[in-house]
Amino acid sequence: MKCSEFLQELTNYLDGAIDARTKAELEDHLAWCHNCYVVCDTTKKTIEIYRDSQLYELPDDLRTRLRSAIISKCQSRKKTGPERV
Amino acid sequence: MSTIQPRVGEPVSDELALVQAAKGGDVGAFEELVRRYDRNVFRIAQHITQNREDAEDVVQDAFLKAYGNLQQFQGQSKFYTWLVRIAVNEALMKLRRRRPERTVSLDEDVKTEDDSLPREVADWSPNPEQQYSQAELRDILTRTIQGLPPSFRTVFVLRDVEGLSTEETADALDLSIPAVKSRLLRARLQLRERLSRYFRKRESGDAKQ
Repeated sequence: MKCSEFLQELTNYLDGAIDARTKAELEDHLAWCHNCYVVCDTTKKTIEIYRDSQLYELPDDLRTRLRSAIISKCQSRKKTGPERV
Repeated sequence: MSTIQPRVGEPVSDELALVQAAKGGDVGAFEELVRRYDRNVFRIAQHITQNREDAEDVVQDAFLKAYGNLQQFQGQSKFYTWLVRIAVNEALMKLRRRRPERTVSLDEDVKTEDDSLPREVADWSPNPEQQYSQAELRDILTRTIQGLPPSFRTVFVLRDVEGLSTEETADALDLSIPAVKSRLLRARLQLRERLSRYFRKRESGDAKQ
């Protein structure tokens, strides 16, 4: 397996969306190719860092304000009947 | 090497009942749906628009549009996937308004495959995020993801931050599954490449950048 072939399968590999035979081939490549090992490992870390980062959390006060605005508009629409789009 | 574990979502068994009640005019049931997904919609909207005020507008507009169109929700997909589809469209409209000079489309296939080929192959420190303060890390992650084209950023956020499946992401964005996979791979590799500048193992004596 070439490095370019490994890269093409990287997303499927990290997502566990591959058959056992392809997985074994990829892991065989990882065992001797240090560059691909590093790329694979640091890509996995990239995903985990973003997933755990809590970027753009909705603050409680804003959340309450937005929800009140949404619900009050829904209630006034209910009185005037359903929207036709 | 182990695979990525998806975020575990809340159970959705009662979701269809909430949607049915909301369709029948129960605003309280719709409020529960807002409560369940407002954080997700806000995060997605801010990732796409990169603007706090726009993200607030998207949250309101997306839920109101969902409420107004509930009768059209047939339950073939999850309510959340349907809502995300509405929110992404609203967010892209905001982005287009702010950047009329640039075409913003999920169909764009930016540059060639070469832009994602790894160049930086230095290993990272064992706990790279701990080299920085919370505020510094947030700044690094924000600037890095903002550098991605919107079409890549959106796929990455839905798949890897929000934990939608490939099929749900394709459904929400109206893309084919191969298109989602291709954008996801390139988004992941480009983010990895850029983060490597901050997180790579430093030689002893290296100054913090």
